Amino acid sequence: MSENNETPDAPEPKPVPEDSVPLRSGRTPSPAQDTTLLAQDDISAPAGIGEEIDERAAKRAERIVATFFLLAFAASVGFLVYFIGWSGRHGGMHGVDRTRESNLWFGGLMALAFLAMAIGVTIWVRRLMTSKPIVQERHALGADADTRASFTEAFLEGADDSGITKRPLLRRTLLLAAAPLGIAPLFLLRDLGPLPEKRLRHTYWADAVKRARAQGKKGVRLVVDGTGQPLKVSDFSSPGGMITVLPEGLEEHLPEEQVLTQTAKAVTILINVPVDEFKPVAGRENWHVNGIVAYSKICTHVGCPAALYEQTTHHILCPCHQSTFDATDGAKVVFGPAARSLPQLPLSVEDGYLVATADFPEPIGPSFWERG
Amino acid sequence: MSEATAPKAVEGPLNFLDERLGSTGFFNRNLKKVFPDHWSFMLGEIALYSFIILLLTGTFLTLWFKPSMLEVVYDGSYTKLNGVKMSEAYASTLHISFDVRGGLLMRQIHHWAAILFMSSILAHMLRVFFTGAYRKPRELNYLIGIGMFVLGMLEGLFGYSLPDDLLSGTGLRITQGVAEAIPIVGTYVYMFLFGGEFPGQDIVPRLFTLHVLLIPALILGLVTAHMMIMWHQKHTAMPVKHQTEEQVYGYPFYPVFMAKTGAYFLFTFGVLALLATFAQINPIWLFGPYDPGAISAGSQPDWYMGVLEGALRIMPNWEITAWGHTLSLNVLIPALVPLGIIFTGAAVWPFVEAWVTGDKRAHHVNQRPRNAPVRTAVGIAAVTFYGLLWLAGANDVLADKFHVSLYATTWFFRVTFFVGPVIAYIITKRVCLGLQRKDAEIVAHGMESGTVLMSPDGEFSERHDPLRDERRAVLLSKENSRPEPPATDANGIPAPNSKGPLGHLRSRLNRAWTFDDIPVEEHEHDHGHEVESGREPEQLNH
Repeated sequence: MSENNETPDAPEPKPVPEDSVPLRSGRTPSPAQDTTLLAQDDISAPAGIGEEIDERAAKRAERIVATFFLLAFAASVGFLVYFIGWSGRHGGMHGVDRTRESNLWFGGLMALAFLAMAIGVTIWVRRLMTSKPIVQERHALGADADTRASFTEAFLEGADDSGITKRPLLRRTLLLAAAPLGIAPLFLLRDLGPLPEKRLRHTYWADAVKRARAQGKKGVRLVVDGTGQPLKVSDFSSPGGMITVLPEGLEEHLPEEQVLTQTAKAVTILINVPVDEFKPVAGRENWHVNGIVAYSKICTHVGCPAALYEQTTHHILCPCHQSTFDATDGAKVVFGPAARSLPQLPLSVEDGYLVATADFPEPIGPSFWERG
Repeated sequence: MSEATAPKAVEGPLNFLDERLGSTGFFNRNLKKVFPDHWSFMLGEIALYSFIILLLTGTFLTLWFKPSMLEVVYDGSYTKLNGVKMSEAYASTLHISFDVRGGLLMRQIHHWAAILFMSSILAHMLRVFFTGAYRKPRELNYLIGIGMFVLGMLEGLFGYSLPDDLLSGTGLRITQGVAEAIPIVGTYVYMFLFGGEFPGQDIVPRLFTLHVLLIPALILGLVTAHMMIMWHQKHTAMPVKHQTEEQVYGYPFYPVFMAKTGAYFLFTFGVLALLATFAQINPIWLFGPYDPGAISAGSQPDWYMGVLEGALRIMPNWEITAWGHTLSLNVLIPALVPLGIIFTGAAVWPFVEAWVTGDKRAHHVNQRPRNAPVRTAVGIAAVTFYGLLWLAGANDVLADKFHVSLYATTWFFRVTFFVGPVIAYIITKRVCLGLQRKDAEIVAHGMESGTVLMSPDGEFSERHDPLRDERRAVLLSKENSRPEPPATDANGIPAPNSKGPLGHLRSRLNRAWTFDDIPVEEHEHDHGHEVESGREPEQLNH
């Protein structure tokens, strides 16, 4: 192994003359004051230490470095061998188990190759390189006075020759011509999206209620998020329950690319608050059904789903920034950064099913400038 | 290499290039360029190498990733999600993880490298700040560095938003909520960013282009400028023996630094590969596809966004509604103020410091943090400020782990947000001055040897040894502050830069900067190397 030539360029260490101990810098001196202790055995000795160690130690260091390089070589070969020989068996990689296995082999061998090579080079630098620290001058960065004067002269001469100083009309019309060109690209960004108009002020509940009314119904049924099943009052009669609902027909009546966007606005939580603890907001006395109450699930802070409901305190908590709303009291804010109550959806009963009789009375989700 | 002719394999290409580019002069000047040595100089290198690794792994990922929000029904080798509706972006990320050999490894290296990139930039910036390495002539490179950190935050946010899993969708939802809160133009910014209402179908392709093309190109440009300026100005050095304003001392670029930095790249890559192998990161398959009605508790952004998250969490719910308009201070203040203070403060600091101290000289030798107590104390106050907000971004996790009320953690951070930096400032300044005092004592009286002597009359004393040259050079690197010339000279004429209210402010700040400075200097009588016997009682105190 010692005869391999992985490191053909490793310089031969030279015996150290008595008076040329390399300068050392940036190190905290040992209080022991014994400089000879440092040079030979201190593994943190600086680069260029090769100058100080004898031929036998250098040979040993060379063998160690070469061993690490061989290890890196073996690891890279192992990587290739695993890839070609094993990773593709039974028709290639698929699934969790094979991913876990290949991640371990690829990653482990790759890390081994890199780290072994890195350690080898580091030992090489620290033990075998014979470069000595050197000193270089720093120079002032600025130009001297003559150069600056010469530049100024050339600059003024150029300005003069071009006539830009003598002919203000040229200068001003050029600036005038450039100004609108600079703004034009911003106009090109106009079609990035539609104008906000009124679209933040209503949700799909409005369309759904309108459609139900047109069919002579009282309101639109609430369907359970996920299953799409309409919800009967009797299905949701035990106090303390919470469920996420959407307006019926959202998926059926909307084009596919609209479904997620409309869901993001219409998503609503339905909570069964014990009727004796429920305090309806003034003017909304008939918006609940025996304590079953519906609020927008989109937090009024920055729009995370306010998805946690604590049965004992009847608090609705948004897990993103901990805004807390009181379900018994119109979902008003009791803690956290949200400023406004969760908007409430007016509920009623029709044929034993829970229905919404109108859209949320105010915009849902985070506040915005035009909200008012 | 001391031979007169280089090997043919080197000589040939070298001459080819030289005759066309005139490059040998440059190589000749720079081959042995001196690089001063200090462990903290490697922090920036980690950032550079993480960036290179990000480019390599990121390119790999783009070969399979589909930046599309079109809905598909998953039918792939991660069987738990078979039949689930999801975006193509999420499905292709699952494909990379479970069907491409090495795909998961590359994804995890990419994510870990992003985290390491931002961490090492931050550590590098702290090193530069606390040692005063940003001082003239390096202010511009310092500003470039701050720019790269800001771009890195955006790049990271956009990057982890791409897979369109539940966690990344939640991050985008918050981004949308913050955009909406901007006064006057908020809803327009929101509509234009998302191409309509959230989430729409445009945001992932748009973020993809920004993430793989625009921002990396900007960062690459800034990295190049950063490196070229650093090379041109020469690296700063720590205040140790042989390092002066006129010279730089260290090992030559070729071969020592070249080999060391090469090894360092390999170390960085190796450690990232190790992390990616054994430490799972962002397991998007466990989160599921994005669903605007779903959320998991303990949702956390990557660490570099934590400070914004924390600010959002602890802000009181102030909102102003007047004249038909709503101003969401509860969102605007946390989104703008804390990072505004940090980044603006960091950017103007070099210029403010030069103005206050009146120091317009170029500096190439760094300062020890203790020797600039006001700067160090301000820095630690800023670290405290940032750190508290960052911790506040995990207040739910903290409440859970330490079994305290969630509201109590929020109130803790609301109070310490103001108090913490002040306490940090005071303590740090005292520690710095204490260290200065200790340095002054060591320089004046020598090192404690640990040898206790008994005098013939029974008195014990400790022997003090002379300092080694290296140590003396470090301690004496302190530039003792000189009192400013009085604001008015003998004839009552005010000094040029102390006029007016700004001049008065400057004078006061200058006094605050220097008034309690403790001179570290050698006394005339022990200029040589004689041994102090340490009889003075004050020496026995420590």
